[in-house]
This record gives sequence, structure tokens and C-alpha cells, in this order.
Amino acid sequence: MTTTSTAEPRVRAERPDTSPPRRRRMSVTGRRSLTAWLFLTPTLLILIAFTVYPMVQAAYLSFTDYNLIRAAQWVGLDNYVELLSDDAFWNAFGNTVLYAVVVTPVTVVLALAFALMLNQAFLGRAFARTAIFLPFIVSLGIIAIAWAFLLDPNIGLLSHWLSLVGIVPEQGWLSDPRYAMAAVMVVGVWKNVGFYMVIYLAGLQSIPVDMYEAARLDGAGVWQRFRNVTLPLLSNQTLLVSVLALIATLQAFDQIYVMTRGGPFFRTETLVMLVYRQGFQELRFGYASAISFVLVLFVFVLSMVQFGYLRRKQVTY
Amino acid sequence: MATTMLDPAPPRRPNPSRPAPARSRAATSRRAASWLLAITSIAIGLLMLLPIIWMLFTAFKPESDIVSAPPTLWPRELTLEHFSEVWERIPFARLYVNTIVFAGSVTIISLLFDSMAAYALARLPFKGRAVVMVLILLLLMLPFQVTLIPLYDMLNGLGLTNTLPGLIVPRMTNAFGIFFLTQFFLSLPKDLEEAARVDGASEWRIYWGIILPLSRPALLTLGLFHFQYNWNDLLWPLVMSSSVETSTLPAGLALFMGQHVVEYGLLMAGSLLAMLPVILFFLLIQRSFVAGIATTGLK
Repeated sequence: MTTTSTAEPRVRAERPDTSPPRRRRMSVTGRRSLTAWLFLTPTLLILIAFTVYPMVQAAYLSFTDYNLIRAAQWVGLDNYVELLSDDAFWNAFGNTVLYAVVVTPVTVVLALAFALMLNQAFLGRAFARTAIFLPFIVSLGIIAIAWAFLLDPNIGLLSHWLSLVGIVPEQGWLSDPRYAMAAVMVVGVWKNVGFYMVIYLAGLQSIPVDMYEAARLDGAGVWQRFRNVTLPLLSNQTLLVSVLALIATLQAFDQIYVMTRGGPFFRTETLVMLVYRQGFQELRFGYASAISFVLVLFVFVLSMVQFGYLRRKQVTY
Repeated sequence: MATTMLDPAPPRRPNPSRPAPARSRAATSRRAASWLLAITSIAIGLLMLLPIIWMLFTAFKPESDIVSAPPTLWPRELTLEHFSEVWERIPFARLYVNTIVFAGSVTIISLLFDSMAAYALARLPFKGRAVVMVLILLLLMLPFQVTLIPLYDMLNGLGLTNTLPGLIVPRMTNAFGIFFLTQFFLSLPKDLEEAARVDGASEWRIYWGIILPLSRPALLTLGLFHFQYNWNDLLWPLVMSSSVETSTLPAGLALFMGQHVVEYGLLMAGSLLAMLPVILFFLLIQRSFVAGIATTGLK
């Protein structure tokens, strides 16, 4: 990468040297512009070839019948119309919403609670922080195998412990239609809560201590200090964490694929799971594309709403 | 486990302005509260680690111990048989190499490309910057799943499915990474860079020699994100490879689990070995990780 400019010598030849600083700045700007585009070239090429173009292609495919072998046949809105009356779609949609509605708030509240707790100084804090964060960096595709084993009805430790306190699902946690979703949700919360906790911890440490001192002098108790100082000053973190958590829950796949494959009786089949099944197992790429576009729209609208709602509550200090 | 984890803040000092008699009583109750807090949080920590601890102990249990009811956490006797068996029953070495090549090269290449793009966006005012920035933000919101099918189709047409380049190439840059580093670069002071410009340094030299060294914590943090995301990814390798041999560890183990009778001892040993590199990476850079989180857009 070089910064040689082709324009400079010619300009110098054409005009007398009357205002050197200005001309010099112009050519520097032009040169910097060229450099900027050179710096951006690899990124833009890759993003356009492997993200933007496939996205446009996905939009096109969602209006076609396509199975990878035969050329895509234009079918207009057929896929979207079919979606509306497809029980499998509405089931997956409902499961996705249920998963998001439960997992997002539980994760955010737990993350905040853990952060508040682990922002105090005490023996063993470092261990607790590491332990809570660690699930975030291990593969859900791998650790979900251990979860499936923990919940095994005959030889699983967690099943055994839960049976000691009298909680025994008739067919085992993952094959009982009533409990499979709950099991998958627990794993979803377990996986991400540590990451959001770290974001909250960073936020807590940026709150000036004198804010608490002032509140204490005004006679504010623990709850009031939390309600009126901590919570408002963490609104940036809450915005970030809840948008990230919502997007993550709408894309739930890994633990479901490994633990239940969408079963029992499609009780844990989410939209991404359905895209995978329709696309890569039943080779209905057009239909699967239509489903994934509904998912995109859903993610986009929800994060915009959330953004707009929480933004208004944002505080700067 | 490290003892300095995620710990950027100094411990809170007791308030010195309290009157003396109240102080001793407050100190006693504070000590009690501190013990309670310690016990609670260590219990939560252990509960969070339960799947990993279970995995660890099971990997060393003989098969007869694994299937005995009621199950126990602690192994009755220790064995290494699962660790030797896993290399024979699953093409484990192959999976390991695939995963290292995939996650490693994606991490290095995308750190380079992300930081180059972020340098242009944060430090070089140019025409069209706003357009590029909006494109990055839009792509940030786009779920990866929507491009999955055409991407597979495209790479299939190029003959790149079931190959490592097919896995790697689409991941060589990343909207989140660009955004993350742009935020970080924007926060760096201008002085050094201006001085270098006056001395006639090229933009590449400024980027490579000044900005990148100053950005170590952010680069290491993003490096961890890229590495763990790709090391852990299930859906993409699952789609791109049809057999265990051309897969990565998560997809390979998941495929193996689906195809065979569940042999938990073997799977736990394999899973444990599969998790080690990411955990080691994290423990190595954890200090920078905190600095990276605390100083960039993630707060």
C-alpha cells in the first residue's frame, strides 16, 4: 500500500506557486481518499461477494421453487402464501417467539444481578466471574452434548438430582413435550449470561462513586440507590445487552440441533432450525429462503422497536 | 483457574467518614454479608461450571461407571481409555486440524481486513465514508442465516463445499469486527499520527506502526471473539460439509452423536479436548480482554 499521488506534479507545473498551503492540503485530501478506498478494498470485496450478493440472491430465491439440481422456477409469492397456511412455519414461529420472550428478559435480569453481586469485593469473586463467563466461550455444539447427558433420564446427574426433590418428567427431560423447550431455554440462558454480565460490570465501573455518596447523604437506601442511580446510569448497557440478547435468541439453533433436533413432536423447532430442515434436508431452497426472510424482517423490526423504546430512556453523564 | 479474572476495578474501601461506634457494628455485619456473598457466588459459579465439570469427570470414568444408576459426579476409578479411543473411533485428528486451520486463519485474516477497514473509517476522512458506514451497520443487523442458502449454492457451484477454503473465505471480514475496531480507533489520540504524517510517514506505516500497536487490547479481544465464534460455530460447518472428515469439531462431534449409539465417555473425552484451545486462548488474554471491553463500544 503506497500513498503516491499522480496529480501533484502536474498541478505544480501548471500554476505558479502562489498559495502552497492550500494546494498542498487539497492534494493531501485526494491522496488520503484514495488510500482510504485502498484500505477498504479487501473488506468491501468480501462483504459484497459473500454477504450483499447472497442476500439479494436470497430475496430472489424466496420467489422461486429451487432444489439445487433443477434451475430455479419463478413462482411469485407462492412461498410466502404457503407460509401463511403452513402449520410447521407457525409452530416454529411460535416456538421462536416463546423462546425469545422467556430467554431474553431472564438473561438480562440475571446478568445484571450477577454483575451487581460480583461488583462487590469478596474472597472468591474472581473464581465466580470466570465460572459464569466461561460458558460463553465454549462451543454450544460441544457442550450441549454434556447437557444432553446431564439430562439423560436414566444415567444423567441433573435428572437424578431433580428426581431427589421429586421432579421427574415421565419420558425424560428432552423427550417429554412439556419440558424439552424449558431444558433448551435453560441452556440458552446459561450460555450467554456471563457475556452480558461482563458488559454490565464494565458499565458499573464507569459510574462515578460520588453519585452514590451524594445519594447516601440524601438518605437514599440500598433499593433507592439502585433504582435512582445505578439503573438509569446503566441504561446504555441495558440497551446494548437487550438488543444483543434478543437477536441471539431469535437465532437459536446449536443447542436445539444437538439436544433435541427440534423434537419431540417439533416442540423445540425454531425458525432457524426450520430453515435448516427445509433447505438442507428437504432441499426446498426457495421455501427456506422465504422463511429466512421472515426471520430477518422479524429481527429488524424488533430491534428497531427496542432501540427506539430504550433510546428514549437513555442517560448521558 | 486464574485468580485475577475480569477484575479491572480496585476493591471498594470502607467508608472512612463513619462515626467510630457505628463502624464496628457495621463492620461485623459487613463481614457477615461478605461471607454470605462469597458462599452464594461460589455456589452459583460451581453450578454454572457443572456441565464442564461433569464432562471432565465423565471423560475419566470407565464405561461401567458411566452407565451405573444412580449416577455420581465423582469417578469411582480413573481411566484414560476414552482419550486413546477417541482418536480411533472418530477422525479426531483430522477434525482438530480442520478446526485449527479454519478458526486460526479466519481470526488472523479478518483481524487484518477488519482493522484496515476500520482505520480508513476512523482515521481517514474521505468521500463516501457515510455510505460505507451505513452499509456496515446494516450488515451488523443482518442474521447470518439469511445468506446461508445462496452462499452454499455459490460455493457449491465453485466446487468449494467440503473444503476448507470454502469455509474460510466468506468469513475473512466481519461487520461486527469493523464496527468494534472503528469505535476503538476513534478513541485514540490524534497527536502521534499527525506527528508521523508531518515526518512524511505513509498511511500504511501509520496504520501498521502506530495504530495497531496502540490497539493491542482491542485486537486481542476481537481476536478472541473471532476465534471462539468460528471455533464454536456449528451451523456453517454443518451446512458446508457432508461428512465427518471434512467437518470441524462441533459439527463432527454432533454428526457422530447423531449417527451412533451415544457413547458418552468417548464423546465427553472428545468434547473436553475440543474445548481446550478456546479456554487456553481466553486465559492467556483475559487481562487484555477486560481492557478491550472497557475501552470500546461495548460499554
